[in-house]
Amino acid sequence: MSKTLLAAAAGCLLVSRAALASLGGDVSSVESDRVHMKAAAVTTTASSLYTVHQMQMPNGTIVREFANTDGIVFAVTWRGPFPPDLRQTLGAYFQKYQSAPRVGPHGHTHDVVQQPDLVVHSGGHLRAFLGNAYVPQLVPQGVSIDLLLQSNP
Amino acid sequence: MTVSRSGCSALVAALAACAMVLAGGCGGGGSGGSTVGGSGSQGSGGNPPPTPGNVVSVIADAGPTDPANASAGPIQTVNTPFVSVTLCAPGTSNCQTIDHISVDTGSVGLRVVAAVLSSSLASALTTVMDTRGRPLAECLPFADGYSWGSVKLVDAKIGGEQASGISIEVIGDPAYPTVPSACSSGGAQQEDTVSTFGANGILGIGNFQQDCGSLCVTETVPQITTQLYYGCASSANCVATTVPLASQVWNPISKFATDNNGSILELPSVASSGAPSATGSLIFGIDTQSNNALGTATVLSVDPSTGNLTVNFLGQSFSSSFLDSGSNGNFFTDSSLVPCNPSSSEKGFYCPPSTQALSATVTSNSGVTTGTVNFSVASADALFSNGNGAFYVFDNLAGTNSLPQSFDFGLPFFFGRNVYTAIESSPTSAGMGPFVAF
Repeated sequence: MSKTLLAAAAGCLLVSRAALASLGGDVSSVESDRVHMKAAAVTTTASSLYTVHQMQMPNGTIVREFANTDGIVFAVTWRGPFPPDLRQTLGAYFQKYQSAPRVGPHGHTHDVVQQPDLVVHSGGHLRAFLGNAYVPQLVPQGVSIDLLLQSNP
Repeated sequence: MTVSRSGCSALVAALAACAMVLAGGCGGGGSGGSTVGGSGSQGSGGNPPPTPGNVVSVIADAGPTDPANASAGPIQTVNTPFVSVTLCAPGTSNCQTIDHISVDTGSVGLRVVAAVLSSSLASALTTVMDTRGRPLAECLPFADGYSWGSVKLVDAKIGGEQASGISIEVIGDPAYPTVPSACSSGGAQQEDTVSTFGANGILGIGNFQQDCGSLCVTETVPQITTQLYYGCASSANCVATTVPLASQVWNPISKFATDNNGSILELPSVASSGAPSATGSLIFGIDTQSNNALGTATVLSVDPSTGNLTVNFLGQSFSSSFLDSGSNGNFFTDSSLVPCNPSSSEKGFYCPPSTQALSATVTSNSGVTTGTVNFSVASADALFSNGNGAFYVFDNLAGTNSLPQSFDFGLPFFFGRNVYTAIESSPTSAGMGPFVAF
């Protein structure tokens, strides 16, 4: 399934509503994330299958949130000098991320969580972190999550 | 370096108790104590081979024993190189030599787990203050968690070199038991004990002079800082703050009087079946002495803001790649390699049915220079059972890496090579750092 990105509607979104969690939350949480993390304005890109909201943290790290057509955030990615506020970005899934058994002994530059309802990859080092997280059940039909993450480094 | 092979889970033990146990425990240093260096700092007669002052011996073995769980023995680190470091209260002879400090080219700064400090030294270390007169603390983010601790001033002696009056992090300092929410929000696990951190401390000798640098000196936007450093008005009230470069946690090498432009990590080749341990050297300075010549090594500039370079592998370009002695395997994506059983203790590593010979090229940040790296991947499952399960170093251990653009050359890369790490803004015979060479 090709993911031709259609219209690129840049600009700020709506006013902040109830602080719904990010991953697994609805798109209104994108704005609450932005406000909470004091990020620069959200850039929104849409395709027929999902919408990408990108924001830049004050610390320089870029976070992208991917929402399905129901407006539910099914994946997030980050890249930058510092980790993002993962408590905010992972929302209701943060505790699961913290307590999940780790995949393998790796070292400080890798972390993998592979649960039925949460997959997280975190890597890199100070000044150059990167990572992604998604909820397999929320990924829209027709979207290859691997391709999506590969094309959104 | 959360490399405990047995997968020990977090020991969130009472740190105060650890400190007491440790007063007697850490000097002994378990199995590694007798072989780990520190020879330079002892200096006087009796040492059979004279060791140049810019050398400290390195051992990769099963690791330290956690004082909070001493009966369990070494924490069973895999592919983790360690040195001994002597810490002194500034300007005094109140010193303690601490073994099993991991050598990490992927981070910057000296950090020690509070539980291994003797109470006499811990109480004598000088507190570093922020610009508002509050004691300084730090939350160091790693990809797999964070380490929270106080920032203290020490004299650090490594081999025959000394960094006087440098800031270090005392990880898990019991004086600051409350981790700020902004700190724990950045990572998964708190890594403040020997078991969870995977070492008694860490010697970060990466490409930068300070751990954070200019990013932490000023507010990134008004009222907002990077949440790396904290000022603590009280033990439970630490808030993010800016920190001048001088007070940050420095690369100790940059603070040496000589041999301060970088380092060479020299580790021997390892048999394909692995080995119980490996010993080598960490040499300070690049082309500053007869024992640290750059020679014909391939010099590769790294990105001056990230320390990364580009690896090309199987026709793909990985632009967020790095050489990291703190990674215990080579971590990359190769869909033709069989991952280990996800329910086994080797999960996350590759388990190919036969050893695979592979090749990658590493390209400098400038794009001008490339080096070829040949490496092999054996089954982690087989490797970990070799030597009756008592082997802790392997040059053919590799694991999966699902992050796009990331190829992590870990310690297997360093075996059988001399790997140079030149520090930013430091002149060398091959020009100004930052660069790596091998």
